[in-house]
Amino acid sequence: MNYVISNRTRNIFFGLMIVGLASIIYGAVTLNPFGEGHNTTRFWANMFINSFFFMAISLAATFFMAVQYIGQSGWYSAIKRVFEGVSQYIFVGAGIFALVLAGGGHHLYHWQHEGIMDPASPHYDEIIAGKSGFLNLPFFWIATIIYLVGWCAFTWVFRKRSIEEDTIGGTTNHMKNYFMAAWFVVFFAVSSSTSAWHWILSIDTHWFSTMFGWYIFAGMFISGLITIVLFTVYLKSKGFLPGVNENHLHDIGKFMFAFSVFWTYIWFSQFMLIWYANIPEEVTYYLARFESYKGLMLANIAINFVFPFFMLMMRDAKRHAGILAFVGSIIFLGHWSDMFIIVMPGTVGEKLHYGIMEIGTFMFFLGLFLFIVHRSLTKAPTEPKNHPFLEESLHHHI
Amino acid sequence: MSEVKYNPSIIYGIFDDDDDLLQSAKVFRANRISVANVYSPFPIHGIDPVIGHKRTNVSVAAFVFGATGFSLAVLMIWYMLISDWPINVGGKPNWTFAANFPAFVPVLFESTVFCAAHGMSITYLLLNRLLPGFNPRNPDPRSTDDKFIMEINMSDNWDAKYDEVVYLLKQTGASEIKER
Repeated sequence: MNYVISNRTRNIFFGLMIVGLASIIYGAVTLNPFGEGHNTTRFWANMFINSFFFMAISLAATFFMAVQYIGQSGWYSAIKRVFEGVSQYIFVGAGIFALVLAGGGHHLYHWQHEGIMDPASPHYDEIIAGKSGFLNLPFFWIATIIYLVGWCAFTWVFRKRSIEEDTIGGTTNHMKNYFMAAWFVVFFAVSSSTSAWHWILSIDTHWFSTMFGWYIFAGMFISGLITIVLFTVYLKSKGFLPGVNENHLHDIGKFMFAFSVFWTYIWFSQFMLIWYANIPEEVTYYLARFESYKGLMLANIAINFVFPFFMLMMRDAKRHAGILAFVGSIIFLGHWSDMFIIVMPGTVGEKLHYGIMEIGTFMFFLGLFLFIVHRSLTKAPTEPKNHPFLEESLHHHI
Repeated sequence: MSEVKYNPSIIYGIFDDDDDLLQSAKVFRANRISVANVYSPFPIHGIDPVIGHKRTNVSVAAFVFGATGFSLAVLMIWYMLISDWPINVGGKPNWTFAANFPAFVPVLFESTVFCAAHGMSITYLLLNRLLPGFNPRNPDPRSTDDKFIMEINMSDNWDAKYDEVVYLLKQTGASEIKER
């Protein structure tokens, strides 16, 4: 059974995209993306947050699928197409993200300013120049292309073989994907950390944290899980996932609960060591955030930890589609705002604005993401036919 | 006094395979004979609803134990490090609980886990009467090795006949039958 987008849903997505695009154009006119200064940075920072956030969600879906392949797990095969559908955004997302990186340039990354690594220049910064082995433009771009192309290629191959499996059957394709998944996890283990250093940690150029790759990964993974839960609940309510019952929801609900706690654990570990040691060059990161983003910062912990922790603690809550969808949509926004806090203080700085640009960019990318994921869900049956563990998944019971 | 028919109060059916036992329990339920308990070396998936065992409230107990551990740790830290003898660590403000909260989180976390884990272990052992000094409820030590035992309590099934139960057990594959 193939998913069909109803006209009403499609209109909602286009509505989101049109309103969002109008706000981005309005932002481009008022903030001038090709100029210099604070407004230009604000434009690119917004584009960066949203293009990264949604690309990371689809990357997390690919990663989760690869982990299931390696674990030879059976329970997930009834909702496998949801994972695949979410992962398909990466082709568009990676393209947009590369454009944003190119356009953002030194507006996002202080170390990309001209002359900052040149001792003769008035902009010379000794600390940044000392990091030039890692932070230089050729390496930055080569690495970016390797990450993006690598992730896209793996996602494409997983998807292609999975759809092929529906027609040819057997376990050949499954085993091919199994080996491929092992390679992907090795690649992802390195690239998820190094890409976080390249793209996000280097925004706060002077600062460094050895936990940063994990932190970005945790946020990415939990956002991806929430998206998968929301799509599963939605498709099930429309009757496109007849084999999915509350046991499957319970399993992804447990993942959602566990990785909310994992995210908090990573967030707090990073914070506590810096808070305890109180070394000036480390503390600046949290000082900037607690001075100008205090409300958002504390709300972030409350929404992303306390709220799901108590809401999803009960077994029955994790088996209830309505509660999962409600909690999921709220912590989805929570993790978006986490991304906002990661990027904004290092780029735009203290003079923070919430305006049409912030809301509109989010709406545009949300609309685009939803549209592409829904469209890729229509392209293949919502339940795989010949997955070797499908029978196990249909009888999944916990 | 040989006119009294031998009438055991508990019948144990011993099975060699967990799946046989599960199927047998389903047959007993279909015949409206209630199974009192099942002894098995490992958890048998899906047996609980068949023999009518409801989900226990152990998870609620876990929450209560965890909350207790958390509260005790708050009390302990507050008394030791704030109220009784404030210690200056790293020059941080040390006269309120809130200002030093990040430093206390690992202790709070560990204490919560400690109390929840130990409380749960002790509750489990108590509920299953496994602490030293208790009489074991396990009818046959082989159920901790490779046998699966189904217990049928005749006082729960006053309208079922002894012969019927034994017949059903044998029919569904019990390798051995014990009585008490």
